Amino acid sequence: MENAADHVATLVALTLAAGTPLVFAALGELVTEKSGVLNLGVEGMMLVGAVVSFIVAATTRQPWLGALAGTAAGAVMAAIFGVLTLSLMANQVATGLALSLFGVGLSAFIGLGYVSVVIEGIKPLSLAGWSDFPILGKLFFGHSPFVYLSLLLCALVQGFLYRTRAGLVVRAVGESASAAHAIGYPVIAIRYGAVMFGGACAGLGGAYMAVAYTPLWTEGMTAGRGWIALALVVFATWKPPRVLAGAYLFGGVTLVQFQAQAMGVAVPSQLLAMLPYLATIVVLTLISRNVSMIRLNAPASLGQPFHPDT
Amino acid sequence: MRLKLELRPQPSRVMAWMSPLIAAAATLVAGFALFSLLGKDPLQALQVFFVKPVETRYGLGELLLKASPLMLCAIGLAAGYRANVWNIGAEGQLTLGAICGGGVALSFPGANSAWILLPMIVAGAAGGMAWASIPSWLKTRFNANEILTSLMLVYVATLFLSWLVQGPWRDPEGYNFPQSKIFPDAALLPILLSGTRLHAGFLISLAAIAIAWLFFARTLIGFRMQVAGLAPAAANYAGISAKRTVWFGMLIGGAAAGVAGVGEAAGPIGQLLPSVSPGYGFAAIIVAFVGRLHPVGIALASLLMSLLYLGGESAQISLALPSAVTGVFQGTLLFFLLAADVFINFRVALAPRNAPSSATAAGFASRA
Repeated sequence: MENAADHVATLVALTLAAGTPLVFAALGELVTEKSGVLNLGVEGMMLVGAVVSFIVAATTRQPWLGALAGTAAGAVMAAIFGVLTLSLMANQVATGLALSLFGVGLSAFIGLGYVSVVIEGIKPLSLAGWSDFPILGKLFFGHSPFVYLSLLLCALVQGFLYRTRAGLVVRAVGESASAAHAIGYPVIAIRYGAVMFGGACAGLGGAYMAVAYTPLWTEGMTAGRGWIALALVVFATWKPPRVLAGAYLFGGVTLVQFQAQAMGVAVPSQLLAMLPYLATIVVLTLISRNVSMIRLNAPASLGQPFHPDT
Repeated sequence: MRLKLELRPQPSRVMAWMSPLIAAAATLVAGFALFSLLGKDPLQALQVFFVKPVETRYGLGELLLKASPLMLCAIGLAAGYRANVWNIGAEGQLTLGAICGGGVALSFPGANSAWILLPMIVAGAAGGMAWASIPSWLKTRFNANEILTSLMLVYVATLFLSWLVQGPWRDPEGYNFPQSKIFPDAALLPILLSGTRLHAGFLISLAAIAIAWLFFARTLIGFRMQVAGLAPAAANYAGISAKRTVWFGMLIGGAAAGVAGVGEAAGPIGQLLPSVSPGYGFAAIIVAFVGRLHPVGIALASLLMSLLYLGGESAQISLALPSAVTGVFQGTLLFFLLAADVFINFRVALAPRNAPSSATAAGFASRA
């Protein structure tokens, strides 16, 4: 009995660990989209965050410093996107695609010398006495610090958007930029803030992967998680707590392939590896089917550039 | 006085064609800076990157060889982009094309007539279209975002090919390498230029450019798709079916990418490998934009993008730089293009520091 419960606790821990990069990236993109900006560059920002955090962690031997650097790198990538779409009013879809393609290339380029480097990653918590407590210890006190950080971030984003005046302003800008502008809010500055917050979160998600989840760097290591995060925001109908549900669902799906292999299920690994992508398609389709719900929840000016003269 | 962006009364046609040139020039300058930063002699590096690869007959053949799939994918994507249909899964559709076309070639190991190429190309186009029809169906039936679904299917397609060449289609005499049998000679696209690898797929790409020009400029359906892209509300009012637009936009892109996949498998590769494309389907997105979604522009832009691929390989050999530098250049080119495009609709004007003009203009200028 205890053995089975212990196994479940292990599965829960693995699911949380696998879902956490998606939590970071999707929460960041959610705030960006709430301000009315669609940034499709999440994959690129995650990869650059991952590679920068890994390089800094490898050279300074300070993985936390690496995570910080990865977060900053994500924000810098988002700033490029901001200059193009907010100051120069470039098409957001095209610019986001460009950011993703650029991030994939840039991270491969600067990370080349670090492909087989080994670093001391950030380990899961191990609180003396607490984490060793049977089952409950594993369930509550044995996760990576990033898992707790992501949960905290989710609460903060929810509180910010729906309990503070500043959050209300961000949402107003996303619903109607021209109305917010007419009242006197600095639409472009607010959007810069939201875009860079999104980039920082994506960078942090990438950093978690490179310095904690699997402490190594491989080209394209996020394997589409940035795109899945974009789908998650739609799945969550732009509500932070639902991001958690979606992210852990995908975390669980990612685990299936490893669990199945461990149990000796005779399905080829490549076919099992398709599952997260197929699940994304299915889930996105199911949620999008309800057009009125999407319309009700999507920020009304999502993806539209803003210029005061137009 | 400070600078501000001012809306032009009409979009500038001159800038629309100038901005790709400005972007290419700016990318060159950025390359100069990047090579200097990396401690290479920038002039020599640029020579290695942009001139050396095309100095020989073989090099020119390679330039056209790599431009072929880029051209073909980009022209198909452009058909969709003109209608605001955002297919970004050309890489997956290309992979499916290679699988289906390659499947035909592998099914007839004794083929000795070049006629086998015809069913291969048809199968490739069908495979690409089938793959593109999934996002189209999900978009038109369930309103699912085609950007995300088409992109997810790229991963699925790549994994599918990887499974095929490691499982059911693996060459039993291939020393356990993940690769299929080599296609029969008749199932290889004929070489156009002796001493190079340039094959007949290039002619298909040129034909696609011509057909696309006719399609965009001279057919009703091409016109309807353009209207749907420029003014969705007007298109809707005029009775142009939005669903049909999505289907056409996606399927044209899928067919073109599928044929490009056959061109790779039956061209320079000659068999199926776990990967049949170094990201042509993604680079084609950039080609489509840099080429202004116009057939002639796309033909020129695909040559530029092909040169970036060759330059990356050349830099790897001669300068010991990672070939991933190609990806950096590709992204930079698109960034500069998008930035330069601002001046199609806006112009720079001088605004007095304390202009008594509307608060909106001053507010914008302080951030511009």
